[in-house]
Amino acid sequence: MKAAVPLPVPPHPAVASLRRWLDGRDVALAALNLVLLFAVALKFPDFLAPRNMADILDDTAILFLMALAEMLVILTGAIDLSVAANLALTGVSVALVNAAHPGLGVAPIIAMALVMGAALGAGNAVLICKLGLPSIVVTLGTLAIYRGCIFLLTGGAWVNSNQMSDAFLNFIRVSFLGLTTLTWIAILGIAAAGLFLRFSVAGRNLYVIGGNRLAATYAGIDPGRTQALAFLISGAVSGLCGYFWVSRFAVAYVEVAQGFELQVIAACVIGGVSIAGGLGTVPGVVLGALFLGIIKNALPLIGVSPFWQMAIAGTVITLAVVINARSEGRAQGRRILQENTA
Amino acid sequence: MTPPLIELSGITKAFAGVRALVDGTLELNEGEVTALIGENGAGKSTLVKILTGIFPPDSGTIRLAGDAVTIGSTVNAERLGITAVHQEAVVFDDLSVAENIFVSNRPRGRFGMVDWPKMRRQARGLLAELEVDLDPNLPLRSLSIAQKHLVQIARALSRKARLVIMDEPTAALSHREAEDILRIIERLKYEGHAVLFISHKFEDVMRVADRYAVFRDGATVGTGRVAETNTSELIRLMVGRPVDQIFPKIDVPFSEEMLRVEGFCHPTEFDDVSFSVRGGEILGVYGLVGAGRSEVMKAVFGVTRPSAGRVFVKGQAIMIGGPADAIAAGIVYVPEDRQNQGAAVKQSILDNISLPNLSRLSTAGFVNRGRERTVADALTRRLEVRMSHLYQPVEDLSGGNQQKVVIAKWLATEPKILILDEPTKGIDVGSKAAVHRFVAELVGQGLAVVMISSELPEVLGMADRIMVMAQGRVRHTFTRAQATPEAVVRAATDA
Amino acid sequence: MTVLRHTRGLKVEIAKPVRRRSLLLAVLKSWEFLLLTLLAAGAVASTSASPYFLDVWNLSDATFNFTEKAIVALPMALLIIAREIDISVAGIMALASLVMGLGAQAGAAWWLVALLGLTAGLLCGMLNGALVTMFRVPAIVATIGTMSLFRGVGYATLGDQVIKSYPPGFEAFGQGYVAGPLSIEFAIFLGLAVLFGVVLHRTVVGRRIYAIGSNPEVARFSGIAISRYRFVLFSVVGLAAGLASVCLTSRLGSTRPSIAVGWELEIITMVVLGGVSILGGVGSILGVVLAALLMGLVTFGLGLLNVPGIVMQIVVGSLLVVVIAIPALLARLGLIMKALP
Repeated sequence: MKAAVPLPVPPHPAVASLRRWLDGRDVALAALNLVLLFAVALKFPDFLAPRNMADILDDTAILFLMALAEMLVILTGAIDLSVAANLALTGVSVALVNAAHPGLGVAPIIAMALVMGAALGAGNAVLICKLGLPSIVVTLGTLAIYRGCIFLLTGGAWVNSNQMSDAFLNFIRVSFLGLTTLTWIAILGIAAAGLFLRFSVAGRNLYVIGGNRLAATYAGIDPGRTQALAFLISGAVSGLCGYFWVSRFAVAYVEVAQGFELQVIAACVIGGVSIAGGLGTVPGVVLGALFLGIIKNALPLIGVSPFWQMAIAGTVITLAVVINARSEGRAQGRRILQENTA
Repeated sequence: MTPPLIELSGITKAFAGVRALVDGTLELNEGEVTALIGENGAGKSTLVKILTGIFPPDSGTIRLAGDAVTIGSTVNAERLGITAVHQEAVVFDDLSVAENIFVSNRPRGRFGMVDWPKMRRQARGLLAELEVDLDPNLPLRSLSIAQKHLVQIARALSRKARLVIMDEPTAALSHREAEDILRIIERLKYEGHAVLFISHKFEDVMRVADRYAVFRDGATVGTGRVAETNTSELIRLMVGRPVDQIFPKIDVPFSEEMLRVEGFCHPTEFDDVSFSVRGGEILGVYGLVGAGRSEVMKAVFGVTRPSAGRVFVKGQAIMIGGPADAIAAGIVYVPEDRQNQGAAVKQSILDNISLPNLSRLSTAGFVNRGRERTVADALTRRLEVRMSHLYQPVEDLSGGNQQKVVIAKWLATEPKILILDEPTKGIDVGSKAAVHRFVAELVGQGLAVVMISSELPEVLGMADRIMVMAQGRVRHTFTRAQATPEAVVRAATDA
Repeated sequence: MTVLRHTRGLKVEIAKPVRRRSLLLAVLKSWEFLLLTLLAAGAVASTSASPYFLDVWNLSDATFNFTEKAIVALPMALLIIAREIDISVAGIMALASLVMGLGAQAGAAWWLVALLGLTAGLLCGMLNGALVTMFRVPAIVATIGTMSLFRGVGYATLGDQVIKSYPPGFEAFGQGYVAGPLSIEFAIFLGLAVLFGVVLHRTVVGRRIYAIGSNPEVARFSGIAISRYRFVLFSVVGLAAGLASVCLTSRLGSTRPSIAVGWELEIITMVVLGGVSILGGVGSILGVVLAALLMGLVTFGLGLLNVPGIVMQIVVGSLLVVVIAIPALLARLGLIMKALP
């Protein structure tokens, strides 16, 4: 016996598998990226050279990681504006530690970055998940607090490359199969995020609480704890990227990554992550970040000054959210009338 | 003699002064379908919420297979084998069917990772058991309400439920879809589950239920075997008190036609609805949950847009683009959802009463506080609102008084047509009577009243004519003389 | 007085205890009174620290550092009461300043330059309004996008350059005085405070704004044109940002893309500190004015102690977090603090 209402035709199994991993929007985004690459390559064929591609990946690696981390938070229906400040504070802190104890090696530095980043993320988690305060306002506040603390640590002074140990600087630069360690870490991060969101209960629960918070409680899932986990991971990743940033740019000061949170959110929004929560894919975010990375690297070639970046990010975000809002317009109203097919 | 699976005795529950349950008694056995019947506000959903662990009872005992238990939480309820399929589908639109079914217990594979192929297989299995052909990969958003119900049932089964509670499962469904649900209920019964079937549809009850329990005013008033009773008897138990004692019906002369609605259509909610009301007349609108009555009235009021149809006030066709137009034409609407749509509960009584009437209570854009207070004073006195002072937040008042404030605010606009949506739902008897008295007074002054109600005695007692709706269409309109409880209920349940 | 009626089978009603409304008690328990106390305490502390504090001219100088922000905080309060938010205000100020600078370079007279600034602000606000009402983009994301768009245009146009030439007469806005120590800026702020106060607390428009923020559904069912109100509010916020930019640019005498960076945080903190709930429906103009004065006092004091701006941000950020956390904390402790409007 069949169900009464006519069902949508199920697709071919191979197509169904593919659809599980990529949806129409991601495909469109991938196509957009390719178009962009080739458009630039028309004028500057070297843009497509493997060396340059590797550079773009290395340059965008931090954005990949941060955007994926931010996605975890946005999936739960919140937003974290303090990620760049977290990155900066942790980065400067580990740089100071390294400057004071150059012989310490990279592993403790990485451990410290993760722990400190997670701690800063926990600060957000307590306020937002435990006390239920609105995330936009809380992270606007912690953004200022964290960044201000950098000044308290450094007194405005910079940590320069000559104060950083070789190990500190070289860890992310080591080349392996044509890609830097940093790029490989980003790739690992992307894989980890994909696995986490697809195969772990905690990851799936992010989608659940973002989709329908009340129903989640009825299903026995604790929204506070799940959301807190997202903030903790986001914080830890921001902290880790803090180390990567100061190492990559070989300098640590108060204004590190100033305004970077916009790029991060832009990558998510372009990638189709819904601000309301419950919707978003890893390929989407990766492609969104890649889009921004390609633009950023193409700008100097085309002769556009880097000062245009902010305007471009802003325009892109605005366009992307309008597109998202339209596709998210869901039909309301109960279906009371039914086809009375005999 | 095996003890019943679930036995409830003497369950009570009160909320902020209103006793929702006074004496809840129920016996549920495995392999049996028990129907829970009662009007809105009789205490059925409170009982269900207690059973599913959403909140505890104030007093009384719950026994599971003979032993007293405390349910405590929704998680614990599920562990005890109690699951519910709610009326408003509690589902996750962006997840797949399979994931919705297994949202609290996803099958795990190596390293504790979610095993998707296994989940899909098990989902297919459960759906096959229910003889439902549904692709587990479909996003839930693409399903109809009926299909979402089926998914919820599948979820209940996946939790190894011993008791499956179904709250108005066939309310918004077509005949064909309801058939599927009923078939599944029978299947659940044969497989040894206990089923608690809450429904207004007597046809369905007579068909699948083995036993029945009738609730009225928060207490069990009758139980027995379905085979030994009939619909009329059930209706009698449900309605209880003789109708004419409670509702003051004064004969009022009818004046001209105030409101006429012609051919109202909506793509999904209602079709070809037409009716008219005269001054001095009360048009009752009866129907089961999901009949589309509120949807029609919201469209008349301008909150939603119909796809076709015309509205006439005093014979003049009017364009309604939004509530402001309706209000200007003299049509006002008191919504069913008092807390979220009727009154801004955190604001004061005064603010609430003034809100739709601000332009009339002001001069050159400045609110005239004196006039505001005078108007609010007069109205609250007239409606006998029990309050400390006008600046009290509405949430401090009892349900009945909150409703009076909502009615007061609309009266301040001096309307011609008053549309009331379940005006006495969930309020105490005293306030109910006051509201009814007041409505009778209003029609005496020449207002036309449209009253949506699911309470049979109220509709039979108050209305001059009763329009019965089912599944988005008008089934029949009775005059006061023609309307008997049986006829009205039959019209409403006849799908 | 509690009345309980037990009648078997019938629902009963328990009457709520009656409390006489004591005006004095209400005032004392209000958020505004708390702010006033803090302000007084701060003033006393500052005076004892330095006798020059009470000098009128010093006080006047002190107002400059918060007046521009306070001008934006006033309509922002209305916006937040209506359950919306705009974090692009600082970006609007930057863009308006740029437009004014370009106008000045093109040789416009002082009043035209100011008009350009106001118009730029208004148009930016209208864009925000359109995104939220017509395209149904949630305000948070919409204004994150426009925040970077507006300021980004400034960076794209000027890079790291500065515009320093403004027509004579223009400096009056930010540097001029009405009479004695009363600066033009502060006078504008006071005038706007009265205007917004009257609108919010005495007019139909204000009542509707509270209704929209308190319960948008009820407001809709009461016939209020919610989208129209939201659009206008966003536009007015933009206009105010333009006005603030006129004052700021005129005071500094220059434009650079990094003007007013971080100001959205301070403006929102002023509003929230003033007792406006971020959830909407609650707040007063008096509270916002007192909060602005309080924040001005704190930042001025910190400035005198040579605390760098970035560290002041810690204070502002903490203030914001603490202020919104207090009700949640108290609720958790089982106390509920009711601030009457």
